[in-house]
Amino acid sequence: MTVGKDVSALFPDVVNCMQTDNLELKKLVYLYLMNYAKSQPDMAIMAVNTFVKDCEDPNPLIRALAVRTMGCIRVDKITEYLCEPLRKCLKDEDPYVRKTAAVCVAKLHDINAQLVEDQGFLDTLKDLISDSNPMVVANAVAALSEIAESHPSSNLLDLNPQSINKLLTALNECTEWGQIFILDCLANYMPKDDREAQSICERVTPRLSHANSAVVLSAVKVLMKFMEMLSKDLDYYGTLLKKLAPPLVTLLSAEPELQYVALRNINLIVQKRPEILKHEMKVFFVKYNDPIYVKLEKLDIMIRLASQANIAQVLAELKEYATEVDVDFVRKAVRAIGRCAIKVEQSAERCVSTLLDLIQTKVNYVVQEAIVVIKDIFRKYPNKYESVIATLCENLDSLDEPEARAAMIWIVGEYAERIDNADELLESFLEGFHDESTQVQLQLLTAIVKLFLKKPTETQELVQQVLSLATQDSDNPDLRDRGYIYWRLLSTDPVAAKEVVLVEKPLISEETDLIEPTLLDELICYIGTLASVYHKPPSAFVEGSRGIVHKSLPPRTGSSESAESPDAAPSGAPPSEQPAVIPTQGDLLGDLLNLDLGPPVSGPPVATSSVQMGAVDLLGGGLDSLMGGTGFTAPSAVMPANLGPPPSGGLGDLFDLAGGVGTLSGSHVAPKTVWLPAMKAKGLEISGTFSRQVGAISMDLLLTNKALQVMSDFAIQFNRNSFGLAPAAPLQIHAPLAPNQTVEISLPLNTVGSVMKMDPLNNLQVAVKNNIDVFYFSTLYPLHILFVEDGKMERQMFLATWKDIPNENEAQFQIKDCPLSADAVSSKLQGSNIFTVAKRNVEGQDMLYQSLKLTNGIWVLAELRIQPGSPSFTLSLKCRAPEVSQYVYQAYETILKN
Amino acid sequence: MIGGLFIYNHKGEVLISRVYRDDIGRNAVDAFRVNVIHARQQVRSPVTNIARTSFFHVKRSNIWLAAVTKQNVNAAMVFEFLYKMCDVMTAYFGKISEENIKNNFVLIYELLDEILDFGYPQNSETGALKTFITQQGIKSQLQTKEEQSQITSQVTGQIGWRREGIKYRRNELFLDVLESVNLLMSPQGQVLSAHVSGRVVMKSYLSGMPECKFGMNDKIVIEKQGKGTADETGKSELGSGKQSIAIDDCTFHQCVRLSKFDSERSISFIPPDGEFELMRYRTTKDIILPFRVIPLVREVGRTKLEVKVVIKSNFKPSLLAQKIEVRIPTPLNTSGVQVICMKGKAKYKASENAIVWKIKRMAGMKESQISAEIELLPTNDKKKWARPPISMNFEVPFAPSGLKVRYLKVFEPKLNYSDHDVIKWVRYIGRSGIYETRC
Repeated sequence: MTVGKDVSALFPDVVNCMQTDNLELKKLVYLYLMNYAKSQPDMAIMAVNTFVKDCEDPNPLIRALAVRTMGCIRVDKITEYLCEPLRKCLKDEDPYVRKTAAVCVAKLHDINAQLVEDQGFLDTLKDLISDSNPMVVANAVAALSEIAESHPSSNLLDLNPQSINKLLTALNECTEWGQIFILDCLANYMPKDDREAQSICERVTPRLSHANSAVVLSAVKVLMKFMEMLSKDLDYYGTLLKKLAPPLVTLLSAEPELQYVALRNINLIVQKRPEILKHEMKVFFVKYNDPIYVKLEKLDIMIRLASQANIAQVLAELKEYATEVDVDFVRKAVRAIGRCAIKVEQSAERCVSTLLDLIQTKVNYVVQEAIVVIKDIFRKYPNKYESVIATLCENLDSLDEPEARAAMIWIVGEYAERIDNADELLESFLEGFHDESTQVQLQLLTAIVKLFLKKPTETQELVQQVLSLATQDSDNPDLRDRGYIYWRLLSTDPVAAKEVVLVEKPLISEETDLIEPTLLDELICYIGTLASVYHKPPSAFVEGSRGIVHKSLPPRTGSSESAESPDAAPSGAPPSEQPAVIPTQGDLLGDLLNLDLGPPVSGPPVATSSVQMGAVDLLGGGLDSLMGGTGFTAPSAVMPANLGPPPSGGLGDLFDLAGGVGTLSGSHVAPKTVWLPAMKAKGLEISGTFSRQVGAISMDLLLTNKALQVMSDFAIQFNRNSFGLAPAAPLQIHAPLAPNQTVEISLPLNTVGSVMKMDPLNNLQVAVKNNIDVFYFSTLYPLHILFVEDGKMERQMFLATWKDIPNENEAQFQIKDCPLSADAVSSKLQGSNIFTVAKRNVEGQDMLYQSLKLTNGIWVLAELRIQPGSPSFTLSLKCRAPEVSQYVYQAYETILKN
Repeated sequence: MIGGLFIYNHKGEVLISRVYRDDIGRNAVDAFRVNVIHARQQVRSPVTNIARTSFFHVKRSNIWLAAVTKQNVNAAMVFEFLYKMCDVMTAYFGKISEENIKNNFVLIYELLDEILDFGYPQNSETGALKTFITQQGIKSQLQTKEEQSQITSQVTGQIGWRREGIKYRRNELFLDVLESVNLLMSPQGQVLSAHVSGRVVMKSYLSGMPECKFGMNDKIVIEKQGKGTADETGKSELGSGKQSIAIDDCTFHQCVRLSKFDSERSISFIPPDGEFELMRYRTTKDIILPFRVIPLVREVGRTKLEVKVVIKSNFKPSLLAQKIEVRIPTPLNTSGVQVICMKGKAKYKASENAIVWKIKRMAGMKESQISAEIELLPTNDKKKWARPPISMNFEVPFAPSGLKVRYLKVFEPKLNYSDHDVIKWVRYIGRSGIYETRC
């Protein structure tokens, strides 16, 4: 049986042995039955009588054994007979029988869910939660949790403060395993308010000293989850943070397999709350005889914890590791040194010299890895460490991995003017062009074009050669396209080509491999489980309905809407796929600028700072001071990475595809409405609307003279308003307005006027003067006229910012009755400068991640969830200045419905 | 939850296979063998996902234990359970080996049936299990009704680890404070990391259901009491050289009342009968490092290395350290070694690539030295020798963390023996954990 031999032929003989007094024999027979009943269902019926009889045996051990075994026999006919004995056993006087029966309900539910519901076992099971025996409680909780998981909608585990209290009491008394069941169940509870959350936390914290690591991790899960609800100013919050660190460190002295589970979880915890372990760097130092899986995980956490304070120690350690034996580990260590350089600026110098030392070892994989990271360091600190290029060039021949070759080629191309024999070096790579991987080919193409632009005289031949190789002899469309673009660029306008290719590159960001914030939040709810080990949501590796229930962190007290995690994470992702956020290939634009190889590109720093400053000011209450500075209104200064208008018409399309750099179409314009009725203004009727075209805001006015006299001497003035809107030019109506005459005029606006926070925010008070009188009216302008053209955020920036903005700033809205597809929505919104940063399909829902920027530099991030077939969308907005969210939503609605 | 549990021998043959859930088929058994046991590469993770089925494995000598699941189980729990399962098996039949497993085939199935139900771990305390799962086999009639209910109440009860009615003529208890010192030192003698992980193991032979209270020189407790009664602190200062120690973190056996520790920091419990691990703790501050290793490695040309290592003992001269072993790694291309040592015996072990220097005993505040000349074969290997750290093993009769047992009080209200009648023994053993000096 164990080895896999089929012994089902012996069924009748074995069943005959069932009625024995020998407990040991009985157990063996039962074991046999469990294995073969399914293949011999008719014969299995023979056993039913004995089971029923055993369920009434005076010995509780036998009663329990019988009910336990019956549940494991998956034969429909038998399950019918099981119900009566099970019902009795659930009410048995002996706790041992009751605890076994509780689990049996879960077994039966797995075989026939309907039967369990019809027979009312679920209610009996719920009653067992109040049982006097802690183990019965624990098993009942475990069984109910499992059943509830397959019925996400049913309110089976009806957790309320009373039942929670019972569970917490049982927690102190039951076995270690029972404590795990209860803690895991507690983690699904959503406390009413922060006080309840705190009191549960207080009663869970003692579990952190349990010898069983699983109890500790489950307790950590409950605490991490409920902490989300506690205010950070609370004393208790700080105490709790302090209490979490020691048990996590202690987990590292457990057996290696558990250490691995612990480290994978700590990786999540460090990303969510870095403050917990920031002083514990030393415990993550790798020991010589740690298993490799523990070493690699520790290294990951070390990089995350590296900071200015501990960088010296970390670097010394990493240098040690780089001399170890395991290739993967050494590579990761070398890479870690590079990451430290990028993360902690003060250490960059030392990191570079360490890397150079390592290159001197001439160990092939070390050298290659070092070159890859040095390329990143060049990107982060341009014009600082180029003196090392000579050393790098010495190792050119030993590079055999595509990534290292590509990195080296990038370096040669980027610094072609400083390397005397750059053309020779690149030429040597060109010889085997077709044998290289795509990555290297693309890189080589770009590098040679760069070289050509820097030294046009000597390299004309080379560039011809590479362009023809790329466009004519290659069947890789990416390579061909890139070749053609360069070719056209170079032949139409070399100056423009120079501007495009040699443009200053945006800086790279510090953190990599961060888990998407929404996925991270979900994983925090799964601490201790397999999901946290794989760093994937359960739906990625669990079949059937069980994994579908998404868990999310509770909202901070006060806001209830943001409770739902905005991202449902990719379902069914292939196991090999890392849930990291770095896209392997940048967009086309990025590609052109050579960003494809590098680590993630953060938005330009200017933009970042303006976002933050803007936010602070706005939150501070007054907008006056904000607009006092002028920097925020000049969009061109904000996005140095973008190219402005495309250099030649032919390329315009391409750039449009790449992400709407130069969107020429104007944003949505609402039809004119009457702002100032004639009755109120002595015969002058003004109707108008706002529009935005090619970066310019204008107010389109229709002035009608409904009076009997001629009107002249028009002038217009705005009151101070929230975004500093002001007329950019005087109202020019040249001829006097005769009675019954209408004049149409477009008044250009700018946003450099004085600022005052209005209520509502988009209120604009206007004064119009003519030869008769001065009239006042107020109007609401749609917010989308303030959305600037460069409001597209980089993906990484977007993720980082999304994570950065606290949850309470999130607002959710419903857009109803809008039967558009995701693509239509995306293009429609793009017309009004709402840019789609990313689009994903999650479980049949389209998720659009969008960004937009207001004229005063406030970024608004949006997530639009579109359910195909349903005309209503869910819009989640995150912004550092949550006041604007509502108006942004209105803008969305106007744009989408017109 | 756990869907199935398999035990394999080193060849990958199945010794025990128990499936708890319907979603685990027989092919899972083979999947693990093919993908993990017979995998060409070294195992890169203790958790493997093969075709949406997750395998957790631990290895004990050359036996593989694997738990299988298709759900999002609590991974920490699965590993804890596998360790527990090893403990239980060891308690029943000694070392986990292929032979022992084959000989106790029926017993193991019986245990698996009991401690795991539908993949949910149940009571797995050996003390409780042994009352109703025996190796001899029991006839159900032989037990009286009282016995049966006693068993079940114990298995499910609050105090699942101890049965009632235990009687000893002599009430006795043994406390062992076992510590392992871990050190990583730079060649220059700078402590890179040092910590002590300690365990308090208690062996109790006490009658009835005794209530015990354990006290040690925990800084937090001492300071709290210091404020209350100055008298008490005076006494404890007399008792030990160092007054109190700061414990970074500790974990307790499930018999200890954790909520009481959390609120009052007192350790009270009803102990299981026989031996168990009362607590584990970890300290990082003010550790007494019993030995200091001073390495000196000099490369003389390309074919010769000179190594000199000095060890200094750093504890009271009246105490004796035992089983001292210093392991000095040598390069792979070593052709010959000449060793001179002042004390003990030293040998070059080619199979281990190391010089092993053994000293039986060494008193405190002493110093000893070894010097070796290592001849190397010339190689054209570009890769430098990685210079693994020099490691050390030893055993000392004190606790390097400075931990002292202050008291262990026993109360048994029902039986007529008092705290004074209990004979108590305390012993301290400090061992080397990973005690390394880089060279």
